[in-house]
Amino acid sequence: MKYVLMFVETEEFAERLHAMGDLEREAAYAAVSQWFADHADSITHHVHLAPVHTATTVRMGEGEPVVTDGPYAEGKEVVSGFAEVEVADLDEALKIARSWPACPVVEIRPIS
Amino acid sequence: MNERVSQEVLAGVVREHAGRLAASLASLLGDFSAAEDLVQDAVETALLRWPAEGIPRRPDAWLFTVARRRGLDVLRRESNYRAKLAQLTWSAPATTDDRLRLIFMCCHPALSRAAQIALTLRVVCGLSTAQIAAAFLVPESTVAQRITRAKRKIGEAGIPYRLPADEELPQRVHEVLAVIYLLFNEGYLSSTAERAQARDLVDDAEWLAALLANLLPKEPEAAGLLALIRLHRARGTARFDLQGRLVLLADQDRGLWDRQAIERATALLTRTARAYRRPGPYQLQAAIVACHAEAGTFAATDWAQILVLYDMLLRLAPSPVTRLHRAIALRHVNGAQAALAELDDLGKELEGYPLWHATRAELLRALDRGQEARRADQRALDLTNNPAQQALLKQRLGWD
Repeated sequence: MKYVLMFVETEEFAERLHAMGDLEREAAYAAVSQWFADHADSITHHVHLAPVHTATTVRMGEGEPVVTDGPYAEGKEVVSGFAEVEVADLDEALKIARSWPACPVVEIRPIS
Repeated sequence: MNERVSQEVLAGVVREHAGRLAASLASLLGDFSAAEDLVQDAVETALLRWPAEGIPRRPDAWLFTVARRRGLDVLRRESNYRAKLAQLTWSAPATTDDRLRLIFMCCHPALSRAAQIALTLRVVCGLSTAQIAAAFLVPESTVAQRITRAKRKIGEAGIPYRLPADEELPQRVHEVLAVIYLLFNEGYLSSTAERAQARDLVDDAEWLAALLANLLPKEPEAAGLLALIRLHRARGTARFDLQGRLVLLADQDRGLWDRQAIERATALLTRTARAYRRPGPYQLQAAIVACHAEAGTFAATDWAQILVLYDMLLRLAPSPVTRLHRAIALRHVNGAQAALAELDDLGKELEGYPLWHATRAELLRALDRGQEARRADQRALDLTNNPAQQALLKQRLGWD
């Protein structure tokens, strides 16, 4: 089955990343690269999104679509990237998600 | 076989066989949902017919025959299932792995806790949707919807029907134990004279814990949970007086406790602790209850030992509620003032928890701070919706 792992950042995580020294940040990025390498066989596609301040949202309503600045959901958790994986079942997808070394939340959804 | 079948016997027989049948059918068909439907049909037929006709000599074969016939009927389109079912004769009892797979499936962490509970009761224990609804005082449609949604998620999200991998096992076992313990608490804490139905959940929980301890002989926590449930149950009759009011531990008639059951459960706990030397939260909680159960009088309670056990428990599983219970033990070792200081530390986390206020009230009363004690009891009363606790608190406040 194919699943999308959505990586979700929190404010706290962003602050922690921001406060890191160069070496520490490099190590954090290296851990992420390693994770992608470790799961290269299962990952079919992935994207990293630009920071949330670049987001623009369009809402279709009664009249004209309304364009606003910012992400679709107002809240402290924002999606920062996606990885598509192809694995046998949810348990395998969960196993991959559990080893994710960066942002603190990952949502898993099957692709229908 | 024509004598009237008591509900209890009926529940016991269904519980013993429905889960086995579900386990072997699910393995055979490779489809949890389809197996669940067939077994549920068979169970509902049994619940209709057995009370009048009596329980058949081979309930397992009876349930199987009904499920199989039903399967051949409804699965007409699924030629694959049909072929498998048609070949099947009643000679393939569920293996240990079949039964474990079933339990792990029902308690999969990708399902909500409410769905895990409903599925476990229905699939593993063979309760009907109506029985689950009655036990939890929710409409039948709510339970039915919960089960339908859970089964849809299982199918669409690709939750596998297989045993967890070794590295997942500890966490998955923990999940199953949590479901069983929750069931037990639901039945045990909400059971009153008027709610006989809730008491059946206690039976189901004990049965599940025993099954799991049996199927997972390498997991000391399963045996720990079983001992914990049995130790609580052994003292169950002393928890209520003749008017159905809650009796606190200090005031219970210890002559009503089932000494033999306490000894057996304590022996199980000791055996488990010695064999594995791997203490866990359930074993420790059981050890704490055992300390209480072994004391001949409230005054003879070994509080120092209980305090040590709470410290170990807090190291393994820190929680404000456990700290609250530790504070109660601390009162008997270091006095009410020390316990109150501990409790006040927990105020932020437990402000919405009735037992925190009720315990504070007791300590304040012991320290001659009657006014504050009354306010704390009142706060506890506002927060609880458990009738037995409400009655006790009202009594304290002198309203009865």
